[in-house]
Amino acid sequence: MTDAEIRSLFPELMNERDGRRMVYLDSAATSQRPSEVIEAVGSFYANDNANPHRGTYLEAEKATEVYEEARNRTASFIGAESRDVIFTRNTSEAMNLLAYTWGAENVGAGDRVVITIMEHHSNLLPWQRLCRMKGAELVYLYLNDSFEITDSEIEEKINADTKLVAFTHVSNVLGVMPPVGKIISRAKETGAVTVMDCAQSVPHMKVDVNELGADFIAFSGHKMFAPFGIGALWGRDELLESMPPFLSGGDMIEYVREQDATWAPLPQKFEAGTQDPGAAAGLLAAISFMERIGMDVIAQRERDVYDYALSRLSELDHVEVYGPADRERFGAIPFNVKDVHPHDTATVLSADRVCVRAGHHCAQPLLKSMGLNSCCRISFSVYNSREDVDLLCDSLKKVRGRLGL
Amino acid sequence: MELDELYTQVITENSRSREHRYQMQAPSVVKEGVNPSCGDEITLQLELDGDVIKDAAFIGDGCAISQASANIMIDLILGKTVEEAKALSGTFMGMIKGEVTDEDSLESLEDAQAFQGISHMPSRVKCAVLGWHTLEEALKGKDGNT
Ligand SMILES: [Zn+2]
Repeated sequence: MTDAEIRSLFPELMNERDGRRMVYLDSAATSQRPSEVIEAVGSFYANDNANPHRGTYLEAEKATEVYEEARNRTASFIGAESRDVIFTRNTSEAMNLLAYTWGAENVGAGDRVVITIMEHHSNLLPWQRLCRMKGAELVYLYLNDSFEITDSEIEEKINADTKLVAFTHVSNVLGVMPPVGKIISRAKETGAVTVMDCAQSVPHMKVDVNELGADFIAFSGHKMFAPFGIGALWGRDELLESMPPFLSGGDMIEYVREQDATWAPLPQKFEAGTQDPGAAAGLLAAISFMERIGMDVIAQRERDVYDYALSRLSELDHVEVYGPADRERFGAIPFNVKDVHPHDTATVLSADRVCVRAGHHCAQPLLKSMGLNSCCRISFSVYNSREDVDLLCDSLKKVRGRLGL
Repeated sequence: MELDELYTQVITENSRSREHRYQMQAPSVVKEGVNPSCGDEITLQLELDGDVIKDAAFIGDGCAISQASANIMIDLILGKTVEEAKALSGTFMGMIKGEVTDEDSLESLEDAQAFQGISHMPSRVKCAVLGWHTLEEALKGKDGNT
């Protein structure tokens, strides 16, 4: 498919304002949605709308079918069993679920939770709160000057006191991957459970839970072409079985008596109250979309645009690109225009309909460790093209002038 | 809003001005202001002599809008009484909300009128009011009325 053909599948990218199309470079924040996802949500409400898992009439059964089909497809998309896939609202909710169930039961005073300095706040704050509540220690794996987590860092920090290691698959700021295999094998050695934030990987590359080897992974639908408000947590069956429920309410019970209750089997145990089958219908369509385009095609298109952007940006005077130059990176590129605050850069770019993110990207400790308060970030998806990068660079050349420099 | 109206010479020059940007020796009031959404920060320092703002300075890190607005604000409040400074702040906030539009009131804001158009850019309003908001916090309870 050509760039224009792919772009044409996304209605938001076809909207012209002032005769200009949007150059969307903020997919790490949320992706644009293809028509088929938008239509799937509409079609659910037009044709299948009822509360799933309740009622015996046709629509209720159709709603249940859509919801469970979405779960089956999500499971097969990541090489998992359906009963081990729990729908959440997003990655943050998945991490909170883990902190308040597995964490609350297994982490105690004097124990360690290890995370990396690259974590998004959603994979940082739940652990920080858990550690403060329990008197446990939150320990960071830091990056060296080449943005690497060294073997000795891993061996030193992940020790016998470590109960849980939580880390991102791909940094939402730097676009780098930590040494996944090394972290997981070290955690296995010391008996720690591993949790991976896959919000920035599942949309862009083939992720298979069996190959990764982690105990839990979480990701958000809205970053992979699906609607807002639905995400997934996958966990090892025996761990999920051993955990208490997170939220309590309708649908997650087996039997309720006046003073106690027994819980529904997996995955319902973790899905209290009415769920969002409309969003699930959208997620189902999003996964079909990704499989139809092909994860290899998605990855290869993004690789091309990413590398092109890195080289174009490095040619620009007054643009400082952060992160390693000598390693494979994915999804996001952080940068600044010299002497210009990132907000002002983003505002000037937005006048040309070039959409980038400016700020701390919900990764404040990482930015502080890089000596920055904030930066601009561009991030890609399958619909981006080299032309988008060219338009970005044209617009970037105007920034300093606009600020009177 | 057009960029020319946003990044006027008044704003870009004030954003880089060093005039009021320094650490004061012994300020009588120090107040920090932060924009959590975008990370703009300023630390406002005031030296009060009775109810007169005898000296004022700030240090900060943030976008051109937030830094220029703080610098222009200090120009305006130097030598004013606490009550006059609060009145100016009320006028500035009113202008940003589009509630204060009469020429005489706007005149009193001098260079700070440069931010009038920002009300059309909701994402940048916080930047423009950060300095003034911090001033209001710093002056709370300083004139005996509040
Ligand atoms: Zn700002």
